[in-house]
Amino acid sequence: MATATSAPAPAGGPADPERRRRTWRRLPVVRQLRQSVGLQRGMLVAGLVLTGILVLAAVFAPLLAPYGYGQLRDAQGPFGAQLHPSGKHWLGTTVGGYDVFSRVVYGTRTALLVIVIAVLLSIVAGVLLGLVSGYFGGWLDRVLVVIADAIYAFPSLLLAIVMAIVISGGQSSLVGGILAAAIAVTVVFIPQYFRVVRAETVRIKAEAFVESARVIGASNWRIMTRHVLRNATRTLPLILTLNASEAILTLAGLGFLGVGIQPTAAAEWGFDLNRSVVDVTNGIWWTSVFPGVAIVLTVLGLTLVGESLNDLADPRLRSRRRAADEPPPPGAVEPGGVLIADAVEGVVA
Amino acid sequence: MSVMDRRSSVVDIRDLAVSFATDAGTVDAVEGVSLAVEAGEVLAIVGESGSGKTVTARSILKLLPETARTRGAILLTPREGGKPRDVVSVSGAELRDLRGQDAAMVFQEPSTALNPVYTVGWQIAEGLRAHGKVSRAQAREKAIDVLRRVGIPDPEHRVDHYPHQFSGGQKQRIVIAQALVLDPGVIIADEPTTALDVTVQAEILDLLRRCRDEFGTAIVLITHNMGVVADLADRVAVMYEGRIVEQAEVRTLFSAPQEEYTRQLLASVPRLGQGTAHARERAERRPEGWAESTPVVEARDLRIVYPGRLRKPDFVAVDGVSFAIRPGEVLGLVGESGSGKTTIGRAIAGLTRVTDGSLRVLGTEMNGVKERSFRPVRERIGFVFQDPATSFNPLLSITECVAEPLIVHGRAKDLAGARQRVDDLLESVQLPRSYGARYPHELSGGQRQRASLARALALFPELLIADEPTSALDVSVQAKVLELFDDLQKELGFAALFISHDLAVVDLLADRIAVLYRGRLVEEGTGAEVLGAPQHPYTRRLLASLPVPDPDEQARRRRQWEQLRSS
Repeated sequence: MATATSAPAPAGGPADPERRRRTWRRLPVVRQLRQSVGLQRGMLVAGLVLTGILVLAAVFAPLLAPYGYGQLRDAQGPFGAQLHPSGKHWLGTTVGGYDVFSRVVYGTRTALLVIVIAVLLSIVAGVLLGLVSGYFGGWLDRVLVVIADAIYAFPSLLLAIVMAIVISGGQSSLVGGILAAAIAVTVVFIPQYFRVVRAETVRIKAEAFVESARVIGASNWRIMTRHVLRNATRTLPLILTLNASEAILTLAGLGFLGVGIQPTAAAEWGFDLNRSVVDVTNGIWWTSVFPGVAIVLTVLGLTLVGESLNDLADPRLRSRRRAADEPPPPGAVEPGGVLIADAVEGVVA
Repeated sequence: MSVMDRRSSVVDIRDLAVSFATDAGTVDAVEGVSLAVEAGEVLAIVGESGSGKTVTARSILKLLPETARTRGAILLTPREGGKPRDVVSVSGAELRDLRGQDAAMVFQEPSTALNPVYTVGWQIAEGLRAHGKVSRAQAREKAIDVLRRVGIPDPEHRVDHYPHQFSGGQKQRIVIAQALVLDPGVIIADEPTTALDVTVQAEILDLLRRCRDEFGTAIVLITHNMGVVADLADRVAVMYEGRIVEQAEVRTLFSAPQEEYTRQLLASVPRLGQGTAHARERAERRPEGWAESTPVVEARDLRIVYPGRLRKPDFVAVDGVSFAIRPGEVLGLVGESGSGKTTIGRAIAGLTRVTDGSLRVLGTEMNGVKERSFRPVRERIGFVFQDPATSFNPLLSITECVAEPLIVHGRAKDLAGARQRVDDLLESVQLPRSYGARYPHELSGGQRQRASLARALALFPELLIADEPTSALDVSVQAKVLELFDDLQKELGFAALFISHDLAVVDLLADRIAVLYRGRLVEEGTGAEVLGAPQHPYTRRLLASLPVPDPDEQARRRRQWEQLRSS
């Protein structure tokens, strides 16, 4: 590395325009996709496809679904209850007379809204609290940690039920129901983000670059936002995806227990499952299987993305292509290149 | 090398090439390396970090990560003679059989190489159990025996102790005992003394020498310290960028190096006494009345205590230390780990609280100082941290990092306003302007430490605290950074506290040297006084333990050290 130091000009170093061209490849998910190999890549791609289908279905629900989510009749009169899957009703109708396919498609909207609101709320609150708690420490830190532990100790679904009843009084409109579900999920998740960000902050606080900022004379607020926060949020995308799938399960659980959203206000898979419990014993399978499959695939997709991002973020878990048999083409490896040399040291250490 | 020599070699590496699969593509770490280690010989592999010396040595035991690809042949000959086996192509079972028995490893960091939840006796016996059936009593007896031979006092009793009950040097002895217990033909020692203090290093080097003389074990010594090489090695291989550039007997290499690179490497090793003339010349240039001027830093009976936890006693890091740094003066602070030298530096920068006594920094009393009242003083102090890899925010570019003090103290409103000054600063530390756009991980260690120096000097400080600024760097890079430091000090005239564990480095730069030992200041004076006629026994021991990069001179010093130790 002595040569690199004495070399006056960056020989063949990355120039600015090249860097700009590469930026899209450095986006969080895209970069990991390019990095992945083999089974890990398969998992990530499968997860991304499933999640992509969820998002597309939610956006284009009115185009995809033949009927509305609360529609009971069309021009020819009422649909009729518990109809077999047919050309008119692809996935049949429910005991209440709704079209199953339309409700499954519209259900993606509810699911996505709850995920986005819940995750956003819990990230903002959790990150802020974790940052302040970890950075300043002291009695504030102790109180917040105790509260977070207390919330952990509650069964999360029970807590969500209580929150949902407190917020909406048990009767739910679209906005009220979604907010109730989202906030119920938020309360459960804040401690997770709080914990992760607090732990990272405590670790980063002891790093030399934070001390160097203190020696320079930077204010606490500047150190927190500029030096600690950005370094503390690296693991968040991973928890985020995993929590998103948990949010779906909590929402479905709430709906199944009857504290979710009314069928006329929005389509919700958990509620539909609740209504199809009796059908199962009568041999009517289509009312329960399709909402159930929707839940499974959504959770599976998000979990696959989260898990594979988690593996890829850790150099020890990440699989790489083995070094090729033939020597690399000349010029492929920049001799004395700092980046590359560091990478080798990392591997050896 | 004749045919006869080849027959007696325990390790024979032929045309070794190792490449790694990384995110940035395939990287060749080692190429075309051929080496032979003879029985009872110490072969030192020297080179900078990234030169492939560790990879070469580790491949002898096939201790490389999964991403590595090895080509060539490494022939290991069992000690009792017999058919040599090629490590590169052996099966898993055979590899297990050969590890420990034919070749063993001594790691760099003894505190992580031992498992904290087992007794040291158990860990030594583990190797015995892995290579054949031994009864518990036999294993214990062997462990006690080997512990005695590596110089652990009272081995019958201490064999049942856990690693944390031993000191760092003793732990390294145990790791060596672990390697010796199976009586291997060759021991691979990967920087065995880098994590240890100089005085302990001398003891471990002595032990390794006994391994060769008494046990007849060959040693492959990986190190970047030329003093260690001069002390221990019989033959030296110099590696650079994955290749061997020179191989010679140790005396030949030091007296008549053939290659340009070896000559550069040897020239950049700091030697004791180099700085004496330099310091005298600086002292002569001082204006009249300088000795009476108000000191920039003045400590009187300074005491810093870290509170103990849970009924453990408090730890006294600094105990009754008094010293002063006058304007434009460089004070070198030397001591081993745990001597309190870093704590003093941190206290001056306001990172650690002063417990008792007085510490005046630029006119502010640090005992009981409030952060709010100290903040204006901060812009007059620069700080260079030990590890340049961690002292930069990894998400900010070098320009942003260097501009940070300018923005914080209102000298520039934003990045654009600071750019001109940042460019000037980068130029003054001899970094190309274009490097400002790079991120810290895209720079080498030496470049990062230059940038760190640029950041510390951004506000023209009156005082610079440098906490082991070169201990994470290679010798050749260290020499350049030290030279730069000296030039900048001459040009800008700041006072400096230069903290280091390396006497030779401090001697190069400092006007005066202060020696710390267990929190107390045992000796203070000019380089000529402290190094030429040390008063305190600890300073004398420290000086004698420091290996010098010259085999003959070092042999003489070693005899001195042995006398000092026995007396």
